[in-house]
Amino acid sequence: MNTAIQEKELLKGLAKNDKKAAETIYKDNYNMVQTLIINNNGSADDARDIFQETMIVLYEKARSGVFELNCQLKTYLYSVSRRLWLKRLQQLQKYHGRVESMAETVPVEEEIENHEQRNTQFLAMEKSLMSLGEPCKSLLEAYYLQKRSMTEIASSFGYTNADNAKNQKYKCLNRLKKIFFAQHKNNNGQ
Amino acid sequence: MEDSQLQDAVERFLKGEMGEAERAHFEQLRKSNPEIDQFVVETSLFLTRLNEFGDRKQFQSSLQEIHTDLLEAGAIKPVVNKAKVTDLFKKYRRVWAVAASIAGIIAITISGLMAYFTPNSQPQIEQLRREVSRLKTQTNILTNEVRDSAKITRVPQNEIFKFGGTGFLIDAKGYLVTNAHVIKDAKTIIVQSRGQEFKAAAVKIDLDRDLAILKIEDRDFKPFASLPYGFKKTGADLGEQIFTLGFPRDEIVYGEGYMSASTGFNGDTMSCQIAVAANPGNSGGPVFNRNGEVIGILSTRQTQTQGFVFAVTAKNIFKSLEDLKKDTVYQDIKMNTLSSVKGMERPQQIKKIEDCVFLVKTYQ
Repeated sequence: MNTAIQEKELLKGLAKNDKKAAETIYKDNYNMVQTLIINNNGSADDARDIFQETMIVLYEKARSGVFELNCQLKTYLYSVSRRLWLKRLQQLQKYHGRVESMAETVPVEEEIENHEQRNTQFLAMEKSLMSLGEPCKSLLEAYYLQKRSMTEIASSFGYTNADNAKNQKYKCLNRLKKIFFAQHKNNNGQ
Repeated sequence: MEDSQLQDAVERFLKGEMGEAERAHFEQLRKSNPEIDQFVVETSLFLTRLNEFGDRKQFQSSLQEIHTDLLEAGAIKPVVNKAKVTDLFKKYRRVWAVAASIAGIIAITISGLMAYFTPNSQPQIEQLRREVSRLKTQTNILTNEVRDSAKITRVPQNEIFKFGGTGFLIDAKGYLVTNAHVIKDAKTIIVQSRGQEFKAAAVKIDLDRDLAILKIEDRDFKPFASLPYGFKKTGADLGEQIFTLGFPRDEIVYGEGYMSASTGFNGDTMSCQIAVAANPGNSGGPVFNRNGEVIGILSTRQTQTQGFVFAVTAKNIFKSLEDLKKDTVYQDIKMNTLSSVKGMERPQQIKKIEDCVFLVKTYQ
C-alpha cells in the first residue's frame, strides 16, 4: 500500500514537471529496462532511447489527468518498454520471434498507439519549426518552449521593447500556424 | 479587434490570465461572431499543440540530464558492449540450434541406416534348418489334402509346416538323429522318406551337443532289418573325402566335399569343419566318409564365408545316446559301427542309404 501511495505522489510530481520525481522514477527503473534491452539484441544506447521514450509515455499519461495506475509502476514501465522495443526490432527486421521477458507485463497497446499519434504530430511541429527560419524559430522556442518572459526575450534578441517583440512573435506564430496546418492538410490528403 | 490582439487574448484565455469581466466579454464575442470563434478554436488547438511540444522537448532534455547525472553518480550501471561474436551468436542462436538438431538427426539416421544395411562383419554361424514360406505351406497342405484323401492325415489341423531339416536312422527300429535346432519349438514332428510321412516324437533333446533323437511312432512304419551304414567314433582325417545327403529341397540332395578342419566354429571341439555345399534344410543330415560310415551331422555354416560348414562329430551321437540309455526304456537302441556299403560305387551306396535319410518337418 505504501508503495502505491508513493508511486501516486511520484506521478503527481512528474505531471508538475518536478525534476526530483522524474529522477527517482528514472533511477529505480532504468537498470531493469536496460537488462531487458541488452538481453534482447540491444545496446546501451538503445536502452537509453527506449527508456526515455517510455518515460515520455508515462509523463504524458500523467499530465493527461485521466491516468490511473492499475499495477505497479515498475510493471507498467517494463510493459511499455518491452512493447516499444518489440516495435523497434520489427522495424529493424531483427525480430526473430520473441522478446524474452522474465517479468510480468500488462497490456499497453492503447498507450503505445496514442503515443505514436502524438509522435507524428510532434514530428510535424518540429518540421514546421525547422522550415520557419531564423529569427522566428528562436523567438518562438524562447517563448513557448523555454517559457521565457517577453521582456527577457526582447533584451536578448535586441528588440527595443517587449511590445515589438510581441508583435514579431505574433507574426512568427501566424506563419508557423500556416505552415503547420498546410502540412497537416498535406498529410491528411495523402 | 486586431488579429494580434485577438491572439493575445486567446493566449491569456488559455492560460487563465483573464479577469472575470474580460472573460465574460470574450465569451460574448465568441458567441456573437462565428469567425472569431473559429479563430479562437484554431489558435487554441495550435497553441495547445505547441505547448505540448514545448513540454515534451523540455522533458526530453531533462531526461537526458537525469541520465547523465545518474550515470555519473553510479546509480545506473554502464554497459560494456559485448564482443560482436557474442552478439552474432545470440542473434543466430535459434538458427544454429535448429541447424545443429537437423544435422544431428541426419547423422544419427544415416549412421543408423548404415549400421542396419551394412552386412555384419562379425562372423556368425547360421543354423541350416529351412524356413518354409507361407505359400509353400499352402501348397503343401493342398497336396497333403489330395494325397491324404485316401489316407489318414498326420498333419494336425491348424498347425502349419514351419521348418524343415534332415534326419537319419541310428537304429533300424525307427530311431533317428537330427539337430536339436531343427525341432526347436515344434508342436508336431513329421518325418518323410520317399514321399511317405511318419509321425515322430523327440525322445531326447541334447541342446549342448545340438542333437535330438526322434522315435518314429507310426503304425505304418516298417522297421528295417539293418542299417546299411555304420557310425565312426574316431572321426575323420583332414582331406578325407566325404559326402552328405540332405533335404535343402523337398527332394533328397547329394553333396560331396572333404574334411577341412578338425574343430568347428571358434575352435569348438565338438564339431568339425567340412567343405561341402550346404543350404538351409541340410541341418541334421548325415556326413559320410567314402566307406559309408557316418562321421558327423551337418549342423551349421559360417555366414559370409563360402564353404565353411560345420558338422557335429559322430562321437557326440554316441555320447548323447549313452545319456538316453540311462533310461531303461531305451536300452535296446544300438548303433552300428560296421558299414555294409563299404567298397561300393557311390550311386549304389546312395541307393542303399537314401531310404534311411528322412526329411524332418516341424509344425507349429
